[in-house]
Amino acid sequence: MEAQTFTARVATPTTRLVGAMSLVSMAWVVIGGLIVTPKDVNQGDAVRIMYVHVPTAWVAYLAFIVTAVASACWLLSRKHSMGFDRVAGASAEVGVIFMAMTLLSGSLWGRITWGTFWAWDPRLTTTAFLLVTYIGYLAVRGLGGSLEQRARRSAVIALLAVLEIPLVHFSVLMWRSLHQKASVLSGDGDIKMDGSMLTTLLIGVIGFTMTFAWLVLHRQRVLAMQDAMQMTQLDAALRERANENATESTDRVEGLK
Amino acid sequence: MDHLGFIAAVYGVTFAVITALVVRTVLQGRELASKVADKDKPWT
Repeated sequence: MEAQTFTARVATPTTRLVGAMSLVSMAWVVIGGLIVTPKDVNQGDAVRIMYVHVPTAWVAYLAFIVTAVASACWLLSRKHSMGFDRVAGASAEVGVIFMAMTLLSGSLWGRITWGTFWAWDPRLTTTAFLLVTYIGYLAVRGLGGSLEQRARRSAVIALLAVLEIPLVHFSVLMWRSLHQKASVLSGDGDIKMDGSMLTTLLIGVIGFTMTFAWLVLHRQRVLAMQDAMQMTQLDAALRERANENATESTDRVEGLK
Repeated sequence: MDHLGFIAAVYGVTFAVITALVVRTVLQGRELASKVADKDKPWT
């Protein structure tokens, strides 16, 4: 029988590279966002919040889309590989945290520009609703049952929940909103932004996306190990129960003799 | 810089949360990796 090996390592060369790239990008966001970029004509220094607020919102959207795609892959694949389910779960976990950070940074930015931390504005309200939906998704993942049951019920919820993203994104166009409309992805191709501001924003989007990729890669490995531990513990419990039954049967036979 | 407190709060909280998440993930990963056999870790 071959001896089992236990390597206390979760990182790989790929994740290390992604981590290093995200660190460099994040350093640029801090330096560029706080020092290099100029003030905005209308908002002054408050615009510096944009370099964090927009990338976190982008990552939250991306995370929930990845959750939906991985969930669809799990449902549609013949083998129902649990890897898809773990990517979906890991991505949703990261997305919830980034969505919460988006709301927090937006709230502080709103206090400066609108004079209030919170307003029941269409963009803010739909974003809060999106956050609550995915907290519910994570709660459903935490319910008991087999891995298959967890994957199936959470996949269905993920495919329904992702439909909220267009509602959040286009809420500023569909209703009267305090929140400004898209500055970069406006559709007409006219980007009204200084070069260094746009560069810092794009590097921020890339850096936060790299961070998201690193987190999802590591989180899904953690989930894989948690699932493996759960299965090992279940196997051990079943073996123990089988041994108990065997001992009881032997005792009964001995008693009959 | 105007509104320094708000800007510092946004940057501080965002990067602190990300750092905490990264550290928690790494520690949790290391702890589990020492208990789970390599055959259940396709990346090793």
